[in-house]
Amino acid sequence: MSPFNNLLCMLLGISFTVWFTLLLVFIIVPAIFGLSFGIRGLYMKTLLKELKEIRRNGSSRDLDGSASSTTTGPSPSTSEFEMSDTFYFCRRGIESIVDDEVTKRFTAEELESWNLLTRSNYNFQHISTRLTVLWGLGVVIRYGFLLPLRLTLAITGVSLLVVFTTMIGFLPNGRVKHFLSEKVHLMCYRICVRALTAIITYHHSENKPKNGGICVANHTSPIDVIILASDGCYAMVGQIHGGLMGLIQKSMVKACPHIWFERSEVKDRHLVAKRLSDHVKDKSKLPILIFPEGTCINNTSVMMFKKGSFEIASTVYPVAIKYDPRFGDAFWNSSKFGMVNYLLRMMSSWAIVCSVWYLPPMSRQEGEDAVQFANRVKAAIARQGGLVDLLWDGGLKRGKVKDTFKEEQQKLYSKILVGTMCLQSSLNMSS
Amino acid sequence: MGSRASSLLREEDIEEIKKETGFSHSQITRLYSRFHSLDKGENGALSREDFQRIPELAINPLGDRIINAFFPEGEDQANFRGFMRTLAHFRPVEDNEKNKDLTSGEPLNSRTNKLLFAFRLYDLDRDDKISRDELLQVLRMMVGVNISDEQLGSIADRTIQEADTNGDMCISFSEFIKVLEKVDVEQKMSIRFLH
Repeated sequence: MSPFNNLLCMLLGISFTVWFTLLLVFIIVPAIFGLSFGIRGLYMKTLLKELKEIRRNGSSRDLDGSASSTTTGPSPSTSEFEMSDTFYFCRRGIESIVDDEVTKRFTAEELESWNLLTRSNYNFQHISTRLTVLWGLGVVIRYGFLLPLRLTLAITGVSLLVVFTTMIGFLPNGRVKHFLSEKVHLMCYRICVRALTAIITYHHSENKPKNGGICVANHTSPIDVIILASDGCYAMVGQIHGGLMGLIQKSMVKACPHIWFERSEVKDRHLVAKRLSDHVKDKSKLPILIFPEGTCINNTSVMMFKKGSFEIASTVYPVAIKYDPRFGDAFWNSSKFGMVNYLLRMMSSWAIVCSVWYLPPMSRQEGEDAVQFANRVKAAIARQGGLVDLLWDGGLKRGKVKDTFKEEQQKLYSKILVGTMCLQSSLNMSS
Repeated sequence: MGSRASSLLREEDIEEIKKETGFSHSQITRLYSRFHSLDKGENGALSREDFQRIPELAINPLGDRIINAFFPEGEDQANFRGFMRTLAHFRPVEDNEKNKDLTSGEPLNSRTNKLLFAFRLYDLDRDDKISRDELLQVLRMMVGVNISDEQLGSIADRTIQEADTNGDMCISFSEFIKVLEKVDVEQKMSIRFLH
């Protein structure tokens, strides 16, 4: 039509080409070779400086919990019933209403000072115009520039994964296939890491999981998988989904053996255990990646580990993952957000900054049962990651607590009473 | 989006709650955040299920009775005022010296009011008397299945015998106060609220 239109088309064409070339050179090629230009590191340092500025300008708050210590008074220590025995239970009950250890693990962690994301704005009032302007600028950068960039990368990463693993699936089983499959998996996961602008620091890589072992880690979000798998090759375990996830799962398993279960098989614990032990016995297969908590927790604590993975006879390689909440909250609150919504939120945060610690391998010791072993591993992970070690079950996110715990408390109290009762009744009989 | 908890609580409300309960401004806003996080239905009031969702409370033998204390007669929604009023019973007594601007009458966390809270835990039918049955019910809640009916019955009988002064085989509030006069109620029925 008009020369103006031609000009527009030309400009668009050129900008797209430039865009993709830059993407290729600075992001995709390094991802393939596992190198880094240090762009993300620089980005992170700049952000940190900005956030420190904001903190100094006074938009911070005190985050001590609003309760109580449980030091006031021991349990009912007198051995005869008194009407004041109820006071102990009252006090504990009210303390747990004011603040408890469990319910707060299922919602995102609160921040000390605002990080310019609306979603983390809990109680921060309007502080100053400067802050609001910064926030506006942040929105523009995040949604206008970072989000499209990350989406492009994510789509590239996932499509390459599906395409290449399917292609590799045609090769005969052998060293070449194994080698290629490793490279492809690593490359695609690295692209995904860049798609999230994830800045990961790996510690103690000498303890990385080896073939025939089981890798266990604390679970905060589905991104944990991407973070671990971009530094090593694992066999994934999980349920087969439909849709895009299912497609990815099916093509991945063509290139190297993963353990996918049908929905019906998941309930069958023996079947699950058998497949896991078969996989582990075969030393040519990759280490299994499992999240024993069974559900996403908000990264301030580690909750009960399900004993299933600890019953299998093999070395366990614990891994602790800790996210830095200042840059973006990685916790997936599945009751609030669906997967797509969650991924979009991830891609429009500043960045995902986390530390991964590979802990020395552990095995079940003589005389230790699966539950004790699981607790030992859990304590090690909690200690390394600076997380609170809880005995509560992550399943409490959705389900009710078992009555056995209440019964234990009742038993304890009864013991205190019954002690004197026996004495009294024998005294009564003799007098 | 993050919870806009504090924006739903107006300054006038905070002042009124301050006068009624003696909590400080920051304590009230913090407890409001907690109230809001417990309120899964986001309707400005807590139901019994909201309380039951706290695992540590659900395994407390007296959990149900404690939860009951938050709900006024016949209602099953607890609003924030009611929530604060009930929690105020557990404020430590020393804190009263700092807050002199309380309105009429006795503060909610006086010794008498703390004892009234504990009394009401037993007195389910609110007839101002703890009958043998009501006492047995609470005992049963605390010991579970571990003590026989006869033993429990004799414990209840002994307790009533020691407390009952007017021979009606029930414990009235004044008899309850008398039995517990040597007990450090102020300490045992208080928890620390951080400022």
